[in-house]
Amino acid sequence: MHSFGYRANALLTFAVTILAFMCAMASLSDNFNSPTPSAQVQVLNINWFQKQPHGNDEVSMTLNISADLQSLFTWNTKQVFVFLAAEYETPKHSLNQISLWDGIIPSKEHAKFWIHTSNKYRFIDQGSNLRGKEYNLTMHWHVMPKTGKMFADKIVMPGYRLPQEYR
Amino acid sequence: MDWQGQKLAEQLMQIMLLSFAVIAFASGYIMASFQMMILIYAAGVVLTTLLTVPNWPFFNRHPLTWLDPSEVEKHPKPQPSANVTQKKKPVKK
Repeated sequence: MHSFGYRANALLTFAVTILAFMCAMASLSDNFNSPTPSAQVQVLNINWFQKQPHGNDEVSMTLNISADLQSLFTWNTKQVFVFLAAEYETPKHSLNQISLWDGIIPSKEHAKFWIHTSNKYRFIDQGSNLRGKEYNLTMHWHVMPKTGKMFADKIVMPGYRLPQEYR
Repeated sequence: MDWQGQKLAEQLMQIMLLSFAVIAFASGYIMASFQMMILIYAAGVVLTTLLTVPNWPFFNRHPLTWLDPSEVEKHPKPQPSANVTQKKKPVKK
C-alpha cells in the first residue's frame, strides 16, 4: 500500500475477485426460480408426404406453435433458445430426433408467442419408416444466462400420427 | 503515505468494495436487473479508486518523526576498537 501502483493493483485485483463472486451468486440465484412453462402444437395440415427417389421419407407439414416461456426468464437470463423436435422410434434406433423449427427468444416480452409456420427444417427420415408412424413433438429449450450455468429442459407432447399413405 | 495512512487506505478499500458489492447485488436482484447491479458496482469501484488510490492529505496525518541529524554528532557510531581485528603477536621479551 506504499505506492500509487501498488494500491491500484490491490484495488483492481480485489474488485475483480468480488465481481467474479457476484456473478457466481447471480448464477446460483437462478436455482430459486421454478419455471412453469407451457406449450401447445397443432399439426394443421400435412402439405405433402412422399418417398424421395433414393428411398428416404419426407414430410412437409403446417404447424401452429404456441408457448408461454415467460417463467424461464430471471434477472440473469440473456436469451432462450427454443426448438421443436419430432421424436419417434424405429426398429433400428430407439430415439430419432428431427428439429422442425427453432427460434431465439431475446427477452421476457417475447416469451409468450404463437407462430403459424410450415416446418423450417426438412422432416426426413433416414429410411422409410414414417408411414403411419406415431411420434412426439417435443419443445426443447436452453436458457442462456448472462453469467453462469446454462439450463435445459423440454415439454413432450405425445400422440401425433403421420398418414398411412404418401400424398 | 505514512504507515497509518496505508493501513487506512487498505481497510477503506476492502470495506467500500464489499459494501458496494452487497448493495449492488441486493438492488440488482430486487429490481431484477443485472445491468443495474453492474452499474452500481462499477460506480462503487470508481469511487473507491478515487478515494483510496491517490495520496490524499488525510493519509499523511501521522508522519514519522526522524531524529535530527545533529544527534549523529552527539552519539557517534561505536567504532570497532583497533586491537580486536589485529592478530595478537607473540610478545617477545
